[in-house]
Amino acid sequence: MMRLTLARRKILWAYIFLAIPILFFAYIRIYPTIFAFQMSLHDYNPLAIEHKYVGLENFQKLVAEFNNLRSPTRAAFLNTAAYVVLGVPIQLLLALAVALMLNEIRFLSTFYRLVFFLPFVTSTIAVAWVFRMLYQPQFGFFNVILQAFSLPQQPFLSRPQQALPSILAVVIWQGLGYAVIIFLAGLKQIPQIFYDAAQVDGATRWQSFRHITLPLLNPTLVFLIVLQTIAFLRMFAPVLAMTAQGDGGPLNSTTTVVLRVYREAFQSFNMGYASALTVTLFAIILGITIIQLRFTSRNIQ
Amino acid sequence: MDTFQQTQRTSLFERPGRAGRAAQRGKTNRLLSYAFLTLVGITMVIPFLWMISTSFKPKTEITRPNFFPVEATGANYTEVILDTELPRWYANSLVVAIMSTVSVAFFDTLSGYVFAKYDFPGKRIIFIIFLSSLMVPTEMLIIPWFIMSSNPITGGTWVDTYWGIAFPGMITATGIFLMRQFMQGVPDELLDAGRIDGVSEFGLFWRIAVPLSLPAIGALCIFNFLGNWNAFIWPLIVTTRSEMMTLPVGIQFFSTEAASDWNLIMTGATLSVVPLLIIVIIFQRYIIEGVALTGLKG
Amino acid sequence: MKNFKFSLMILALLTILSAGFAAAAQDVVEIEYWQYFFEPRETAMNMLIEQFEAANPDIHVVHNSQIAYDNFRDEIAASAPAGVGPDVVTLFYGWIPAFVDAGYLVPLPEADFPAEWIESYFSPMVAESKFEGSYWAIPTAVRSLAMFWNKDLFEAAGLDPDTPPATLDDLVAMAKQATVYDGNGTDILNITSEGFAIGMSAQDHHWFREVLVRQFGGVPYSEDGRTVMYNSPEGCEAFKYLLSFEIEHKTGSNDLFTDVTEAFVNGNEAMHIDGSFRLGTIANNNPDMNYGVAELPVGPNGERSTFGSYWTHGITRRAAADPARMEAAVRFLQFITTAEAGTLWVNEVGELPAQLEAASDPAMLEDPILGPFAAGLEYAHATFFVDETVQRQVLIDAYDQVRLGGMDACEALNEAAATEQALLDDFWAARGS
Repeated sequence: MMRLTLARRKILWAYIFLAIPILFFAYIRIYPTIFAFQMSLHDYNPLAIEHKYVGLENFQKLVAEFNNLRSPTRAAFLNTAAYVVLGVPIQLLLALAVALMLNEIRFLSTFYRLVFFLPFVTSTIAVAWVFRMLYQPQFGFFNVILQAFSLPQQPFLSRPQQALPSILAVVIWQGLGYAVIIFLAGLKQIPQIFYDAAQVDGATRWQSFRHITLPLLNPTLVFLIVLQTIAFLRMFAPVLAMTAQGDGGPLNSTTTVVLRVYREAFQSFNMGYASALTVTLFAIILGITIIQLRFTSRNIQ
Repeated sequence: MDTFQQTQRTSLFERPGRAGRAAQRGKTNRLLSYAFLTLVGITMVIPFLWMISTSFKPKTEITRPNFFPVEATGANYTEVILDTELPRWYANSLVVAIMSTVSVAFFDTLSGYVFAKYDFPGKRIIFIIFLSSLMVPTEMLIIPWFIMSSNPITGGTWVDTYWGIAFPGMITATGIFLMRQFMQGVPDELLDAGRIDGVSEFGLFWRIAVPLSLPAIGALCIFNFLGNWNAFIWPLIVTTRSEMMTLPVGIQFFSTEAASDWNLIMTGATLSVVPLLIIVIIFQRYIIEGVALTGLKG
Repeated sequence: MKNFKFSLMILALLTILSAGFAAAAQDVVEIEYWQYFFEPRETAMNMLIEQFEAANPDIHVVHNSQIAYDNFRDEIAASAPAGVGPDVVTLFYGWIPAFVDAGYLVPLPEADFPAEWIESYFSPMVAESKFEGSYWAIPTAVRSLAMFWNKDLFEAAGLDPDTPPATLDDLVAMAKQATVYDGNGTDILNITSEGFAIGMSAQDHHWFREVLVRQFGGVPYSEDGRTVMYNSPEGCEAFKYLLSFEIEHKTGSNDLFTDVTEAFVNGNEAMHIDGSFRLGTIANNNPDMNYGVAELPVGPNGERSTFGSYWTHGITRRAAADPARMEAAVRFLQFITTAEAGTLWVNEVGELPAQLEAASDPAMLEDPILGPFAAGLEYAHATFFVDETVQRQVLIDAYDQVRLGGMDACEALNEAAATEQALLDDFWAARGS
């Protein structure tokens, strides 16, 4: 009898403790998620009282825009894909190289770790404006360097061919330190004994890297790939801060899905269509995460 | 701290007892490593130096190619601090980040504790629902939040209020997950002993579980604070008056207005970045390990 | 917002009390007026409100002018679902169709604002914002575009500092003469001081639509505003003319000196097209600049045109829901749109009076700086926008397609027209249903 009461009391307390979090998730996370799906099926203008149900019209418009060669929506999806496909591998390869080297040295290693980490804690907006100045055509630091070596000036952000890589470089620069820290933590967890054993077997450095480090680092790698893919899919602030009028130009060459969402929802007040864009983004993130978790986290032993 | 063992930092490639040639090779490799790391390090630092250096240049020097100011001036600082609401944006960011960090520290830890140490009907489902909210990107929720911020019942709005800026991050699924992992390491025997001594359920949490998980709570706080401090898209939408903007929103707003006054823009950037950098440099060990910890657990 | 909630609570309390005591005394009607933050506008409106309340003791106007310019529409949108917000609101004239479409604005009562009166006393551009047979908003002041030129740069280039370009051909010749290169070539990146540069994201998309297209013999849109017509052969000639400065003559680019506006304000561009609102920027940022303002150059056939735009005031559905508030809103709106209010506005804000009588004041026409803007009001055109952001972007993109993408000018213009037409069609289709 006593015991039963204790178990019951524990259940009761569990619910009491969780009451606020449950309410929070219900109202701040779950309800808005459902609301977003609902909005995507309406012609939703926040200024209006009535919001007409339009079925899948917003999604049809999305498909039509995607098929229109010069629509900003198509550019947004293709650019976002480019950010992911270029950004994730470059950033992670660079970070892995840095982490392996950092792991190898002792002198100054804490100092280096700190230096690489600093950009990560600074505000993306401040960083974006600093780089926007560095990229300036006439007096920007990068062009000053180019001129010093008698190389031709580069337009960077003002030409469609260079703008996306220029912004991508900033994002990679800023996020590198985080990936390095996570890789380092992953490397530290690999037991030394594996390397010692490999040593005895006369394995080369490449062999120990290939057969010990890489497989044992796999969970860290998967974690980072998923995390960075999602981060690149959600690109917004750097593009807003680094393009003229935050329009994702020139010629939509840097615009992203989230920037489209922002402009459609809060500048054109097409919240229904903007919601359709976010629902699509959600589906893409979900799909990519599931695929990545399935394929990258193969058996490690 | 179960998976975060402090294995001794030993070199991956440098092995004791290797032949002389290998040692030689190790040395060359280390030199190459240092060269590469220094190069990357310089790339990391130059933008900051440029930013700080430009913040001391008068406007006439912006278009000149020199890296350092010829005639350094502090006038930009007086102008930015006095003519903008930057101090106010600082305060706003601080209020919002502290508000959400305190809330996260309490509710995430408590929820993580409950999920780790209690059995109750619906536990699995609730936990899965909490976690699955991680799959929904913030961007999908901002539009509904914006509509929800305007409340027809009270006739008020959350726009331009601290609560309005902070509410999305008051409880986080990542934090709950992280804390659950740590709380699983709290020995049941300790809790049961407490129960026998008549400690209340909340007392068990507050006086036994929390003290045992302080490192994890610290890491959670650090990560959460950084995230909130730099949060941009939602504060951008939910603040419309300059006096309620957070620092990143204020900097974006100010920089757009300042247009070609790069000396002022760089001053604003410096003021927004450098104090935080100093804090990070002072507490680097805790902060970096804290971040590493959240990465390992997430 | 706290103040606002508080005043609402007080209001609710007052309502209950007055109902409870069945007070017979006449209530003071409170209405709310919103505009974006710009100090001179705030001051001017505070003066008007003071005068208005003195003349109408039964009405109290709450003035909200603390919203950042870029966020103004967002704040309105954020207040709308809660059923709060302004009774009389200041809005850009180009937003009228969208606000009407959302049911946010109500038509101005014909009895209080007769169409005939608006059409005969106000600058013609005001009449161009008539929408579906009604007027939905009416301005205190308007703006037009004119040619700014930097006299010092003119002198340095060997041009007469007191003769601005009179024709489009003059403009080309003078732009070429005023451009200074660094000596290593005559490409855009060699420019150290610009002659004349096109900034499509600034005012030059307006200059193209409402001025160049007309001067080259075309029309930008059909009479009813539903059909894009600038992609005619004449329009394409106008577009080529616009493009020639950067592509052919290399006299400047929006990529240099941050953008064209900054270039001119900082003394790096000899000629610049902008609105009267830029006078304040120059006074603040470069007060010593030696510049002049002239009417825009005439076209090949001597035709004059300029683009006019204005922030205007409308009455919202919130006011319309209550007859007492509606009446107060109407009276307030009438008061702030008189010729006298326009004169006060020009003195405080520097924008031109919307009523022609006040704008054609000889003293104003003779003013060397305001005169050219005021002269333009007679022949100014205002574009009928359904979504100004998108319609501007369409022309920015067309310009960039030629400039950066190497596309044929006429083809780029056709594409822009097709995109814009689709937007107009969507809008009207939704209105029709």
